[in-house]
Amino acid sequence: MSEAKSFPLPSDLQVVPGTEAAQAAYPYYTQFVPDDDQKFWFYNSMHFPEPMHHFDMITAEAAYVALGAFNTRVHVLPTAKGIDHRVINGRVYIGGVAVTDPEEIAERVEQFQQRAFYYYEHWEDLYAQWKDKMKALIADAQALPKPSLPDYEPLETTHTGKGIASNHALLDIYQKQVEGYHRMWHHHFEFLLLGYGAYMTFFDFCKKAFPEISDQAISRMVAGMEAEIFRPDEEVKRLARRAVELGVDQHFTDNMDIDQVLAELDKVGNSGKAWLEELETSRNPWFNVSSGDGFYHYHRSWNDDLSLPFAALPGYIEKIKAGRNIERPTEQLIAEREQLVADYRELLDTDEDKATYDQLIGLAHRVFPYVEGHKFYCEHWYTNLFFNKIREFGELLAEHGFFGPQGREDDVFHLNQYELESAIIDLMLAWGIGSEPRGPAHWPAIIAQRKAAIEEWGKHSTSPALGAVPDVIDDPAIVMLWGITRENLDTWLDDGAENDKELKGFAACSGVVEGTARVIKSVAEIGRIQQGDILVCQVTNPTWSPLFQKISAAVSDIGGSMSHMAIVAREYGLPAVVGTGKATQTIKDGARIRVDGGRGVVTILDDERVLEDA
Amino acid sequence: MDAVAWFKDVGISDRPTVGGKGGSLGELTRAGIAVPPGFVVTTSAFERFLEVIEARAPVRSKVEALDPHDLGAATKLSEELRWRVIEEPMPADVEQAILAAHARLTEDETPVAVRSSATTEDAEDASFAGLQDTFLWVLTGADMVARVRECWGSLYSVESMTYRRKQNFPEDGVAMAVVIQAMVDARCAGVMFTRSPITGDKSVITIEGAPGLGSAVVSGEVTPDRWVLGKITGEISVRDISDKHAKQVPAEGGGIKEVELEGDERTQPCLSDDELQALREVGRQIERHYGKPQDIEWAIDKAGQVLLLQSRPETVWATKDALAPVKPPEDNPLKHVMSIFGGRK
Repeated sequence: MSEAKSFPLPSDLQVVPGTEAAQAAYPYYTQFVPDDDQKFWFYNSMHFPEPMHHFDMITAEAAYVALGAFNTRVHVLPTAKGIDHRVINGRVYIGGVAVTDPEEIAERVEQFQQRAFYYYEHWEDLYAQWKDKMKALIADAQALPKPSLPDYEPLETTHTGKGIASNHALLDIYQKQVEGYHRMWHHHFEFLLLGYGAYMTFFDFCKKAFPEISDQAISRMVAGMEAEIFRPDEEVKRLARRAVELGVDQHFTDNMDIDQVLAELDKVGNSGKAWLEELETSRNPWFNVSSGDGFYHYHRSWNDDLSLPFAALPGYIEKIKAGRNIERPTEQLIAEREQLVADYRELLDTDEDKATYDQLIGLAHRVFPYVEGHKFYCEHWYTNLFFNKIREFGELLAEHGFFGPQGREDDVFHLNQYELESAIIDLMLAWGIGSEPRGPAHWPAIIAQRKAAIEEWGKHSTSPALGAVPDVIDDPAIVMLWGITRENLDTWLDDGAENDKELKGFAACSGVVEGTARVIKSVAEIGRIQQGDILVCQVTNPTWSPLFQKISAAVSDIGGSMSHMAIVAREYGLPAVVGTGKATQTIKDGARIRVDGGRGVVTILDDERVLEDA
Repeated sequence: MDAVAWFKDVGISDRPTVGGKGGSLGELTRAGIAVPPGFVVTTSAFERFLEVIEARAPVRSKVEALDPHDLGAATKLSEELRWRVIEEPMPADVEQAILAAHARLTEDETPVAVRSSATTEDAEDASFAGLQDTFLWVLTGADMVARVRECWGSLYSVESMTYRRKQNFPEDGVAMAVVIQAMVDARCAGVMFTRSPITGDKSVITIEGAPGLGSAVVSGEVTPDRWVLGKITGEISVRDISDKHAKQVPAEGGGIKEVELEGDERTQPCLSDDELQALREVGRQIERHYGKPQDIEWAIDKAGQVLLLQSRPETVWATKDALAPVKPPEDNPLKHVMSIFGGRK
């Protein structure tokens, strides 16, 4: 064992000077304390790659509340309890709680089998029930009114004897929305670990039977044909087809002004209106997909910003007019998957192994629709509703001067969830009293300070892990959700010696492509992507898939070989490397790069910027 | 039994008369795999020849009388018998048959490879493998006949005779077939294993190749480029492109020579992705034909066609297969998940 290298201890980390107040504003239970030096922590850059706005910490909190409860007390995982979290300099560190006492493990094994096996046995029914629960939860959130304060209570309030004034609704809406968000995360973890576990069981078997099999090949064998993650893109294709059928396709061009196009279509008569109706059908619910992974308030959905789906329309229209079928060939994909499963089975030497393989692939296929499908309901649809509701509070508070004269609705996300509730109560009091709220004098300076802190934290890199490296990572949640193994930790420790012209990530989809890197940091920049470019972005996501027709390869900072992006890339046969950690920082826009999707390697060939066609 | 047999007319079951190599090439030809054409000088040709020289002076009885530990005697006998095999007249009809087949194969133009083709499994053992002969880029009929005699003569090398004596094989059954195959002036060539030589994984194909004739790769004179492909998926997971300092090419007067490499041929991959996929397809086809992983020699000619030069069953990992299952099935399939959730065993 090499003792030379180790990670810093939590107590070695310094709060960036000048940001102490912003650091202190995170809840007390997320601050590192001296005892935390005894534990191993790693930076959750997969879910939280950027410094956290104070409000956005609720995503981490609600997720870890629910994950912990399901691991520790609902499913009773034998060897691991929940995931603890801390935040420093806006970076979220997490650590597992292992169960090591053999007696406790034995007791938990017994509990686990009664609970988890029930879920596996009744998976389809419970999952159908889950979808109903999620849809009801979404409907509840959609039914929450926009928070507002009238000058006088409507006459109706008195004539119906309602007995509750409008200021109470603010607290009611806020608390219901926070409650709903927590509830959503419970639903999220109801199946997730069990689903991943069953998949990992098959994955491990394949790795033993076929030591050199790629992760991609295994995930292609289990890939479901569930519509949810592909549906938004299919809707864009459908809209392209309808535009051609209705004869309004000439309105859609590269770099179009979307508002203008929508206005024009409204004017051109029945065909234009018919297309706009089709658009509405697609938008609800399928455009509730986040253009990020839905973990930050600024990951907006297609519904909030139509530029992503609209950017894809001209390309699809052109293909349809050229007589090409762009619909997803589901039947063929299913046949290909079945062939793959049969071909690998044939390579097994013994009948015993074939029998085990059949048992494991059966279980993996049973659980996978959830693994693939849940994100649309949770991280995309519900999260989008949630942040937009908070944004409405932002709008209301901004109107009442809480964020200063230049305040914007998004400033609300600089308050943590308790501070936001206190600001809401401040406003409720003032409205009731008929006085001025205290917030406008209190919050603008704090918000300015936190904005500056987030900007400052973004300039500082942070250690990928803290504390003593454990001999072995035995927590199934950490291995499955974050892909962290003892081997990765060793690589992280060796990071300094790495070649700076080469980035390593997960091999998401094989193929070697050389081309021009287009480093895209937000949806607003997608207009810069030229045919044949290599997309380099932070988070790759199925919502970007309409762009896949235009690009020759994709590289991302974040994501594993099972990420949705990887799944979609494989389906498109698009070479992709995900989870490089730093591609958007290391690769210059316009540089010439080589993407080897089979090995998970990106090579910077020429840093000289290749001039863009303006 | 005729003195010669064409590839298309023989198969694996003809091993006793055409040898392992000849039978395998016949089998591949019949399976529709692109194999450079050729024929086998059968053991019957060898037997006819041996009959003639035995009539002049004994051969097999002298070998049987040899004390394998008397190296001096073995050396002396080897020199005598090899000289006789190379020099004594061949029955005219046998020689005519071989020359006629050669003329038909080559139209007096195409160079050939001459290779010994052993008839017994034991003869393919490591202990024997090095004792067999290969002659490349043989230009004329007369040269070819001389090389056939050398292959026959290798049966009487010191190593070969003492090995047989130690194993106590009856000399009566000892015979040698010889493969005569049209040669391609390969742009590049190499080997392919339809499983991993490192882990034994049957889900991958390993391809090694270098510019020029495959002999440079087989003999280890050049470090070849190396790729690992998913057998089923075609994904290329490993690309090791080496510095290939030299290649082997045909020499003007026959045989081969080595030339230094420079520039792209030295540093760039010798196969394109399309060619790798074409090789994978052929590898799968052969493996399916035999029902087990194969160790294959291949070449790509100057026109870009993939040709198979040889295929034999992989032997190293084959002995380890099926010893223990990866994981036995469970009465309740759900118990499998305990390997993930149950912690370290």
